[in-house]
Amino acid sequence: MLNCTEVTRLYSESLEHPLTLRQRMAVQSHAMMCSGCRNFGKQMHQLRSLSQQYVDRKDPPADA
Amino acid sequence: MMTEGNNSAAEESDAQQWQQQGSAQASLQDAAFLASLRQQMVKFATLQMNDRDLAEDAVQEALVAALKKADSFAGRAALKTWVFAILKNKIIDIFRQRKRQVNVSELIEDNQPLADAFSARGFWKPQRRPKNWGDTTDAVEDSQFWVVFETCLDGLPPRQGRAFMMREFIGLETDEMCAELNVSLSNLYVTLHRARLRLRECLEDKWFDGDCPLC
Repeated sequence: MLNCTEVTRLYSESLEHPLTLRQRMAVQSHAMMCSGCRNFGKQMHQLRSLSQQYVDRKDPPADA
Repeated sequence: MMTEGNNSAAEESDAQQWQQQGSAQASLQDAAFLASLRQQMVKFATLQMNDRDLAEDAVQEALVAALKKADSFAGRAALKTWVFAILKNKIIDIFRQRKRQVNVSELIEDNQPLADAFSARGFWKPQRRPKNWGDTTDAVEDSQFWVVFETCLDGLPPRQGRAFMMREFIGLETDEMCAELNVSLSNLYVTLHRARLRLRECLEDKWFDGDCPLC
């Protein structure tokens, strides 16, 4: 069984390269029981999406 | 971030008029708009390249390229997106051309606080456990959120911040990043992981957690 340190590391790496089937299964079975890691996994994608929106936006806050 | 032109009410409605007319060519002749755009671009490029002179050169080239094509664009927003796309490509070209010299100060890098988020056996400490952010749509539409986002970005240790921005803003591939930053792939993964851990915690504390005054 993986711990949260290992699972969060894998979630982060999955943004750079696909995980192996084995890694994905290990991450998913951990995440089923761990809301912290489940949320972390989702947030990795949200961070990427927010970053892309930040670049596209690129307006100084005063313009909004 | 202040724009360099002082926008009086008359100038603001002029700016709106330009947008309605949809003339990108007119935009580039609007000195206040151009100055503001240039400032944003220089800030963006300087963050990526850590070199103000190179950043200004890249911005200048991007704006010159933009002037040639300005008539193709229907409006200010489209022009801005496109100008930033040119700028990103210029930055990528510069990364590929130059030999990177490692800054000694960058080798001494933040290592600790994130280890403290996990217990000795590697599980989330209860008070550091990520919460559910829900839907980020409301945040994205709030200009205050982007102030917080930029603050959290600025709070990253320099090497983590630069790696994160190269990956997420410029979209460099990992092998290009290893060459540019002169690090191994595993080192790069660790750096990106730390950046994301730190950034997500900052955003959660300052925005998504709901206890903060700005939320």
